[in-house]
Amino acid sequence: MSQEIAPADPHCGAPGASAGAGPRRAVPPREDLIKGFWRENPVLVQLLGLCPTLAVTNSVANSVVMGIATFFVLVGSSLLVSTFKRWVPSEVRISTYILIIATFVTIAEMTLQALVPDIHKALGPFVALIVVNCIILGRQEAFAGRNSVGRALLDAVGMGIGFMIAMVIMGSVREVLGSGTFLEVSLFGPAFEPWVIMVLPPGGFFTLAFVLLVVGALKRRKALKARESERRNGAIAERAA
Amino acid sequence: MGDLVWILFSAMVVNNFTLMLFLGLCPFLGVSARVETALRMGAANTFVLTITAVSVWFLNTFVLSYAPYLRLISFIIVIASLVQIVEMVIKKLSPALFRALGIFLPLITTNCAILGLAIFQTNRGYGFLQGLVFAIGAGLGLTLALVLMASIRESVELADVPEVAKGTALVLLIAGSLSLAFMGFAGLLSAS
Repeated sequence: MSQEIAPADPHCGAPGASAGAGPRRAVPPREDLIKGFWRENPVLVQLLGLCPTLAVTNSVANSVVMGIATFFVLVGSSLLVSTFKRWVPSEVRISTYILIIATFVTIAEMTLQALVPDIHKALGPFVALIVVNCIILGRQEAFAGRNSVGRALLDAVGMGIGFMIAMVIMGSVREVLGSGTFLEVSLFGPAFEPWVIMVLPPGGFFTLAFVLLVVGALKRRKALKARESERRNGAIAERAA
Repeated sequence: MGDLVWILFSAMVVNNFTLMLFLGLCPFLGVSARVETALRMGAANTFVLTITAVSVWFLNTFVLSYAPYLRLISFIIVIASLVQIVEMVIKKLSPALFRALGIFLPLITTNCAILGLAIFQTNRGYGFLQGLVFAIGAGLGLTLALVLMASIRESVELADVPEVAKGTALVLLIAGSLSLAFMGFAGLLSAS
């Protein structure tokens, strides 16, 4: 049974792939920041926080606002958690983290409601659902709860930007194909027949599957490159012989 | 009565939580490899959804009308502690049921479907009975999606899939097709 559960764990609040990068190993500050952009991208590589990635990316504007809200919550809670980590007993740390996160989400939701009411309406319950976004709890548990304030801040900024990158990729593909527009500016003229399916729920699944395929193919190519060049050298040597 | 049937049916297939609203994707992608496990996960989810609906109704009626800004915080605390309590009660009363659901219960707390249900219920202003029916419908819908997914994945296991597409990408493609199929139900509501 536990074997079947195992794959679910990395999706929900478990320490991310970077848990191994403990405080003892000297990591340059730059590394803390940029690892979240691509190499340990929370969505595309760690597969965390898929609910908002699929649900609100039907236009670029929605994706960006959602990205900013998540960024704010992530940075704010990482800051608080890493500052107060010495006073939080480890038995209640998860509940404490969730409380801190929920407070920041409440602030974000009220701010959005006041500033961009249209987009807040379009995002629906998904702003409130940032509370259960696995990326945020995962970063608190894996990084902010055991590292210094400065490193936690850099890590949160990096992961937040990584999330935003993934959201914008998804949002761009879906808006360009599904409505023929980018940020509501028409791209192809009136003759373009929009692929309506891309802005509907199935389009979300298909776009993410496609993006993951591309990411997987890139990773594979990188990993195979060395081996392949060796093999090619071997084949050339054989032919020469 | 017709209203309740409509809510049940809408939550179950037309606005299926997983395939249409993208709630509860973690178990959908993680625990959908075997039909039997998927069924248990669905049952545990339905159970938690139902008790959540009841407690959220209590909160909304008696507490939150005085302090609406505490909504999110109180929901998440109540859900987490409720799941904890239910887990202990089940462990004491029925060890067999606990073994069947056990591992899934704590996992469910961080599931966005639960908090999503609480927020939808509040936003739509459902009463007690409506909320209950909505939760049961949502739970059945989750179970339906999980079981469908698991049975497809069981048969795809034997298929010859390109190495790159194995894993999450393949599951997402299947989910997309399922979602496409479920979109067909959307016409039911406008017709009636």
